Amino acid sequence: MATDQLTPTRPAGTATAQKTPRWRLDARYQPVLGTVVVLAVMLAVGGSRYENFLTGRVMANILINNSFLVVLAVGMTFVILTGGIDLSVGAVVALSGCISAWMFTHGWSAGITIPVCVLVGTLIGLIVGVMVHVFEIQPFIATLAAMFLARGLCYLVAPESIPITDPTIVKLSQTRWGTDDGLVITPSGVIALAVVAVAFVVLHYTRFGRTVYAIGGSEQSARLMGLPVARTKVLVYVISGTCAGLGGLLFAIFSRSGYSLTGVGMELDAIAAVVIGGTLLTGGSGFVLGSVLGVVVLGLIQTIITFQGTLSSWWTKIVIGALLLVFVVLQRLLVLRRR
Amino acid sequence: MTTSPSAIPADQPAQPAASDRPPVVAMTGITVTFPGVKALDGVDLRLFPGEVHALMGENGAGKSTLIKALTGVYSIDAGTIVVDGTERTFTGPAQAQLAGISTVYQEVNLCDNLSVAENVMLGHEVRRAGLVDFRATRRAAREHLKALNLDIDPASTLSSHSLAVQQLVAICRAMVVDARVVILDEPTSSLDVDEVERLFAVVRDLRSRGVAILFVSHFLEQVYAISDRMTVLRNGTLVGEYRTADLPRVELVQKMIGRSLEVLEQLEEAPKRVVAERGDVQPYVQAIGLGRKGSIEPFDLDVYPGEVVGLAGLLGSGRTELARLLYGADRSDVGELRVDGQPTKLRTPRSALARRIVYSSESRKTEGIIGDLTVRENIVLGLQAERGWLRRIPQRKADEVVAQYVEQLGIRPANPDAIAGNLSGGNQQKVLLARWLATQPKLLLLDEPTRGIDVGAKAEIQRLVAELAEQGMAVVFISAELEEVLRLSHRIAVLRDRRKIGELTNGDDVTTDDVVDLIASGGQDA
Ligand SMILES: Nc1ncnc2c1ncn2[C@@H]1O[C@H](COP(=O)(O)OP(=O)(O)OP(=O)(O)O)[C@@H](O)[C@H]1O
Ligand SMILES: [Mg+2]
Repeated sequence: MATDQLTPTRPAGTATAQKTPRWRLDARYQPVLGTVVVLAVMLAVGGSRYENFLTGRVMANILINNSFLVVLAVGMTFVILTGGIDLSVGAVVALSGCISAWMFTHGWSAGITIPVCVLVGTLIGLIVGVMVHVFEIQPFIATLAAMFLARGLCYLVAPESIPITDPTIVKLSQTRWGTDDGLVITPSGVIALAVVAVAFVVLHYTRFGRTVYAIGGSEQSARLMGLPVARTKVLVYVISGTCAGLGGLLFAIFSRSGYSLTGVGMELDAIAAVVIGGTLLTGGSGFVLGSVLGVVVLGLIQTIITFQGTLSSWWTKIVIGALLLVFVVLQRLLVLRRR
Repeated sequence: MTTSPSAIPADQPAQPAASDRPPVVAMTGITVTFPGVKALDGVDLRLFPGEVHALMGENGAGKSTLIKALTGVYSIDAGTIVVDGTERTFTGPAQAQLAGISTVYQEVNLCDNLSVAENVMLGHEVRRAGLVDFRATRRAAREHLKALNLDIDPASTLSSHSLAVQQLVAICRAMVVDARVVILDEPTSSLDVDEVERLFAVVRDLRSRGVAILFVSHFLEQVYAISDRMTVLRNGTLVGEYRTADLPRVELVQKMIGRSLEVLEQLEEAPKRVVAERGDVQPYVQAIGLGRKGSIEPFDLDVYPGEVVGLAGLLGSGRTELARLLYGADRSDVGELRVDGQPTKLRTPRSALARRIVYSSESRKTEGIIGDLTVRENIVLGLQAERGWLRRIPQRKADEVVAQYVEQLGIRPANPDAIAGNLSGGNQQKVLLARWLATQPKLLLLDEPTRGIDVGAKAEIQRLVAELAEQGMAVVFISAELEEVLRLSHRIAVLRDRRKIGELTNGDDVTTDDVVDLIASGGQDA
């Protein structure tokens, strides 16, 4: 016992923290660890039950087929980290897709159409951000309004499904880089990975990113600390909107059409991916890479059910729902235990 | 730090002619109104470079409001704020910070999801090529922590630390920027003597470098030890500005409370420590070798009905941890707890409540007050929890209880329907206390119950505790203020390094030095 270094006048280190055991993982990584475990279990189960499951082709397809969801989940992570929520992203995906299809059929070039689609998302995000911050409307309500707005605009632009025949888009949707044994990647996949990389750096290595976490921890404290709360809160919705615009473009590339009913409920998939990826819905804790893992988990569920062959695709929803419940309860327990 | 801070005498400004220079901050005629309350009415405040200025007043006098009016958290309804000779209206703390005003607000305002280093450096992170350099940032944070003798891992999460450490971290944060004005709103409310000394060393160093410091505290000794000038507020109005040297303590108190001195003296009279006739009474709570790994080593403790047991020890000595075992917030992993003679396992605070054991937390902001509810609802909460949520408390009974405690503890404004979150810090503390007193427990665990409470109310609360004990309640009293522990307790358990090292039976001949000696010796020769 190191008691004798204390003197009544100057007790050295009396204010030291309680020592936490070495082996304990930093509490912030615990939820993500849960995601990794789930992922490992699913891979093990899938690999042992089905042939050809643990192949590069299957894994590559998960990324390729969900590249738009990865982008959405990244944007959603920013919003949820501040303690907000964005319900508009599914509708914005549809709007961005519809606008691109409309512009292509009216002879606009890809060089103009693509930025416009992304910027439509940015604009909607900006409107939401201003509503949330300046008018102090609950994010849930503000983004719900934006969702109806975007969905309504879809019908104005494209009441029916419009095929996209623009050569650039066709080329983007057909290009595949990779090896012959199936380990391939598409331009959409590359874009999604680039978005993840940029988001990772922004969130962890910039003052803006750190402010996002601070707001999630305590908005009032962040304000009293003199952090730019207003700017940051508006910006996270702008980022989410922009990601949704980009996601819409990726989905348009994926489906080669614009249709007003695409992406119904996609915002919920994005939220599910973020939560399963270990981000706390109350904000302040989580990682972009976790959200990517969350998307992979969702993709794996789908793949396993496809491999099984006998199950209806609704099982995907049931499993996602169950998993989501487990994760939310786990998060709650972690938070309670940390108190 | 370049100069040796202790070289400067405590009560002399580094620049004797400080007031000849123009003030860095001059607030005149400041009026702030909240719906239904005029929190400030035409108040003036001047801060001079190289001076420590104490802002004095009772709970709810308007000290924190004045500070927030200066830094732009609240907008002012009338008055002018002049900083460095130009009139300014800050739209928020960020702007005030840019103008060189660094503030530690009352209560800890940090993000407990982030690491200590991040909390200290948020917004001032060390960057390389636009990106945060975490290693360098942590190193810088460690330097700042060292200035306050805080030897904690900068990478640890803030929430893993005690309130006192968090308070020190908040102070560190204010020192990161090169401020010309440093505002400290009750920075010492959770600190021990040694930490206060350390903080004062830093403050004196700042003063010698020409920084203007605004200091708020309810500890008069601290105010007299550090301040050069005082502004006294009462009920949102200005009483006056004085040089500390010209204002004797008694006069200050008179100006603050606006009552004659006898009233206070009467209050401050030591409460009677009548030791209950024990006879064959058994302890209400008996801990036998109770302990929890990493939290507190096994200890024995008996608490008898009608007795106040004080817990004394330095910061981090395990006072709160001991209390947490007694009311089931933490589970013990060794030993036995007997309540009323029955071996009991307390799994949750709820099961403790069922055995009439309640705990009033030291961190009222996170574990105590529910800011969105009214004062009435906050007080009734404890009663309701005890009865079970399905059996509503009759309106009349609730009103009676609430009125009784609002009156007895002097909660201001004396309006049961006021939103608790809008009350001043000290008044929130009183509400929290009222909640637990209202449940009329058999064992009352009070963790820093007088934190942030003004002199008058503090004496009132001490008297109330003594009275309750006299009526047969068992009380465990935790306070960083040894004098207070000594004044109230029948017995004092002394802790050090998360271990109970001894017990003293209190008497008129026991002094704070005895306790300090016991702590220092580690209990070997006691
Ligand atoms: N946001 C608010 N809304 C309504 N009333 C408020 C608000 N903030 C403060 N008040 C009221 O203003 C008065 C002054 O409060 P303030 O917090 O400035 O007191 P204080 O002097 O700092 O007291 P303490 O010593 O307890 O910290 C109190 O009556 C309080 O109830
Ligand atoms: Mg105050």
